[in-house]
Amino acid sequence: MESEATRSELSPARAQEAWHARLLSVLAARKEPIISFGVILAAWQVASFFLPPYLVPGVGAILAAFIEIVASLTLLGDVLTTMGRIFLGLVLAFITGTILGVFMGFTETVEKYTLPVLHFIMGIPALSWVVFAIIWFSHVETRIAFILLAGCLPNYALIIHDGIKSISKEYLDMLRALRPTRKQLFSKLILPGMIPAVLTSWKVNLGLAARVVIVAELVGATRGVGNKLLLAQELFEMPKAIAWTLVLVTFLLISQFVILFLEHKLLRWRPAKQGGMAT
Amino acid sequence: MNAADPVVQMQDVQMVFTSVDGDRFTAVEGLDLEVGSGDVVAIVGKTGCGKSTTFNLLLGLERPTSGSIQLLGHDPHKEFDWFRSKLGVIFQTDRLLPWRTALENARVGLEILDYSEKEQNDIALQWLHKLELQGFEDAYPHELSGGMRQRVGMARAFCLTPEIFFADEAFGHLDQSTARRLREVFLELVTESRKTCLLITHNIHEALEIGSRLVILGKPGHVLADMETPTNATRAEMAEFEDRVLDIIEANEVVG
Repeated sequence: MESEATRSELSPARAQEAWHARLLSVLAARKEPIISFGVILAAWQVASFFLPPYLVPGVGAILAAFIEIVASLTLLGDVLTTMGRIFLGLVLAFITGTILGVFMGFTETVEKYTLPVLHFIMGIPALSWVVFAIIWFSHVETRIAFILLAGCLPNYALIIHDGIKSISKEYLDMLRALRPTRKQLFSKLILPGMIPAVLTSWKVNLGLAARVVIVAELVGATRGVGNKLLLAQELFEMPKAIAWTLVLVTFLLISQFVILFLEHKLLRWRPAKQGGMAT
Repeated sequence: MNAADPVVQMQDVQMVFTSVDGDRFTAVEGLDLEVGSGDVVAIVGKTGCGKSTTFNLLLGLERPTSGSIQLLGHDPHKEFDWFRSKLGVIFQTDRLLPWRTALENARVGLEILDYSEKEQNDIALQWLHKLELQGFEDAYPHELSGGMRQRVGMARAFCLTPEIFFADEAFGHLDQSTARRLREVFLELVTESRKTCLLITHNIHEALEIGSRLVILGKPGHVLADMETPTNATRAEMAEFEDRVLDIIEANEVVG
């Protein structure tokens, strides 16, 4: 309240000055990444002076292509199509993976039968699934759903299984001494205990899913970022190829940010991390 | 059940664990124990004498290989659900759920009993305040000191107004002065409740301080000695008593 009062008393010139100072301090706090990206952009721009534009287009050309995509509804539709495919596939893989992971966590027999198989499947490269899907299915959406299911389901199941297994027996005994119903045990211990694993699984799978969906879209899709990348390659339009990639990365970063935000909200109870290797 | 009937009754209890390789390990053998209503009994013994197994058996978390266990005339394992809200347990480590605040941890037993949210909060707050945790109701476990966390653990047990209290090395991991202060609080609250209390500990001092009766366990879990703790004893008499207890434990060590 007090700071608001003081702010309103400032003259416009002083207010602008204060705003500049704040902007500067915010930028100064993030100076390292700003410098890194600045150096990369500068180096790219310099390279573009010496190399033909169809190999290394200038930063301006890329920016123009980027704006063209973001400003156009139909083009943005391609990005949303790809993102939609990623999310639908992930949700499907998440639901089935969670069910499997929970069964594995509670039934030793299920665990013994499925764990080795899941580890084996995890060893199969995502690209192999793309090839199998193209051979097995003719419909693009079926292919993509299959690839995401095959690539991400084992990952979800393993992380959830691990999350359940890591719930300490001490907590379990403490609650059992209170005689909860099965439902209460699940809602008071298992579910909250699983949340960190669930968030981790989404972070891991989002990146993986984006990579394989783009590759899957290169074959047979008539919409989506993968399809647009293929067109750019066929027409030798490097600015567009880069711009499409940047748009996709932007959307993925936004998704990651949403997960980080959820993590911040849901895992408030965790002690703050105390420094890393760098400090 | 008559008032004179024992609250805790263990008869010839045996607990044998079999490992995956088929190795058998006897943790408890021929354990007989009776505790009357309102008694405060300390169970002492060295590490590995089956104290924790006995504790889990009493809570009904494990089924004995043979023998019978009755709490309040019921079998804690076979009649598992009968014991809803009847057992108040304080564990060695506080076992607070890390994603719950002090208040949410304290009321977890009341949630299981389906109390209304208002009742849950009223009762839990009352106990938290009684245990001097005002101002920390919304703190997460990692924000509390070890002693405070154990107080929350105690509030969780006392909230239920249980029939029997169990404490398993409840003060063992705290520093001496905190442990001493908490022991006093605990004893005061248990005495006030007039309920039966079983305290398991490896610390003879603690056993003498809290229990009016001392049960010494030997390896594998059986009763070596069962005696009244001296009341109004002088320092020297207390030391002598302590020596006697230690002698009994050590004699069992040599034989074992």
